[in-house]
Amino acid sequence: MEQKNWNLLDESLGLHINDDAKPWPLCGRFVLVEDCVDTSAAFVLHHILKRSFSSHPSSAVLFLAFSHPFSHYDRVLRKLGCNLTAQRDNGRFFFLPMLMFQCPGEGKPNHDGLASVFEQIERVITLLHQDKKSISIIIDDISFLEVAANGSSDDVLNLLHYCHTLTSEYGCALIALDHKDIYLNGDRTAVILEMEYRADILVKAEPLATGLAKDVHGQLMVLNKETQHQHGITAIKSYNFHFKIKENGIECFYPGTKIQ
Amino acid sequence: MADSICRTLRDGALEGELAPTLTIKDSLASPFAFHVFSHILLQLSSHVIAQKSQSQGIVIVALSRAPSSYAALLNMNGVDVASSKKWIHILDCYTDPLGWKDKTRKSANATDCSPQISVATSSFKTVKDVDKLFSVITELGRGLVGENKARFCVAIDSLSELLRHASLQSVAGLLSDLRSHDQISNIFGLLHSDLHEERAVAVLEYMSSMVASVDPYHSADGQKGCLGDSFSQQNLTKGKFNVRSKRRNGRVRVTCEEFKVESGGITFASVSSVDGTAVAGLLPKVQFNLQLSEKERVDRSNVVLPFEHQGNGKPIQIYDGRRSLEESNSEANPISSGKKEDSAMGEIIYFRDSDDEMPDSDEDPDDDLDI
Repeated sequence: MEQKNWNLLDESLGLHINDDAKPWPLCGRFVLVEDCVDTSAAFVLHHILKRSFSSHPSSAVLFLAFSHPFSHYDRVLRKLGCNLTAQRDNGRFFFLPMLMFQCPGEGKPNHDGLASVFEQIERVITLLHQDKKSISIIIDDISFLEVAANGSSDDVLNLLHYCHTLTSEYGCALIALDHKDIYLNGDRTAVILEMEYRADILVKAEPLATGLAKDVHGQLMVLNKETQHQHGITAIKSYNFHFKIKENGIECFYPGTKIQ
Repeated sequence: MADSICRTLRDGALEGELAPTLTIKDSLASPFAFHVFSHILLQLSSHVIAQKSQSQGIVIVALSRAPSSYAALLNMNGVDVASSKKWIHILDCYTDPLGWKDKTRKSANATDCSPQISVATSSFKTVKDVDKLFSVITELGRGLVGENKARFCVAIDSLSELLRHASLQSVAGLLSDLRSHDQISNIFGLLHSDLHEERAVAVLEYMSSMVASVDPYHSADGQKGCLGDSFSQQNLTKGKFNVRSKRRNGRVRVTCEEFKVESGGITFASVSSVDGTAVAGLLPKVQFNLQLSEKERVDRSNVVLPFEHQGNGKPIQIYDGRRSLEESNSEANPISSGKKEDSAMGEIIYFRDSDDEMPDSDEDPDDDLDI
């Protein structure tokens, strides 16, 4: 594998670990990315998407897009040096456009709607699994999924649970983006907490506590929870660092260590 | 206290009493309840294997972890998985809790391709139906230990998940049915307390004879969302372990321990054995010293208190306002003897009017005043 320039985000996600038994380090894990209105964390998804393609020739991605059309991701990833159209033609990138998806309306039970989504996901996964590929499922994003499910957060949690079962069954990685501030209201906090409990890795993007800055676009907190697999149970590790989004990549650095 | 919990669970239920129930609860600030859960599970399984416990089998209701992760957990800790079929059974409510997969597989005629694991497993596809869950659990338990008086224990790996699928009433009903079932030795379950209303947590705590709560440590590490420079990278490994256990007679015992998560698992230590700095660190920083050093403590114990002065050799005399008898005998007439040196030193001579007068009468001298 070529030598890459790992940045702090890669390190905190554990992507820099070179393990032959596990070509894609996020295998079997659930990464929850949380952002807020002030600081979008879509770049984390783009970054993971790019890394998953470059990690191993046999990796594949299933992308559930609720928020943007394919052309959007194609443009963004091209800037990052990754051709999504080519990957799609190679059978390594499966794009499920969900922009227009809507569960059956009021009165009818909604689970059938999301169960059909899961059915689609599972079909793709079983297909890819036969080719012995390490698969990532990326959901962008959960808030739109909830809109599609007519606002039923319980159904969303059920779908996430089912996607989570795929991580242990097929060794998939599950990566999902969500907006934290839409859950700040009273009884809704349980939904985001529930997701945070499930997550193996939690990435939180926040604006700088000290206000806006030209050179720093925000801060990331990565909470990497235990892995119970080969090396026994390890402790929870947390990383805090600042980031700057550039045209063709991101720059991560510990607070106060940025050299111009 | 983790030991005493394990002992209580091992000893199981008395005839005609409810089975001991343990709820392990945690919060996001210290999400280590699963570590405690697996610790207790491993302890119990070693007791079951050694046939030291009342229960002869374990039924794990897996709602939040895959059955394969339990197989891995047992394997990693040196439990003989091959023989495990006799005493452990996993009820898999994780893989397909709502029957979605079942539906698609039936329509596509596909076979179940979930990885084969070495621990006995059966799947459960209607988690919303709690009554059925109860009957399945008891059936599995009976399958393990037989129809006789032998007992088994039930481990529920997420009461929170169960509460999401079913109402609080039905979950409480399930727990109460399990507790009063005469073949169940003990029950333990895991609860994420911040996911539920206080009401729900309280209900489950009422139904448990023991509540173990995993709390964050007070010190600065472990503070989430504190994105200061000094916290750019840290490990979260420690916390407090509070246990509240209720006795039959209603006595409640609360104990506190500390735990540490290491690569080998979780270890518990009593708070006192951890160095006192942790306790001292909790006090606010003040200018004056609130603690005594060892030397100061010794010095203080050597101080002779005022009422102890008289005790050196002589009989203790406490003046009661009256000349004592022997004194009046020996110094029959001090003034007439005219000892110059005595008068030179100055003295106060006082004779009481008569011996009839009560010393220090508490009578009010103004009693006869007519105002």
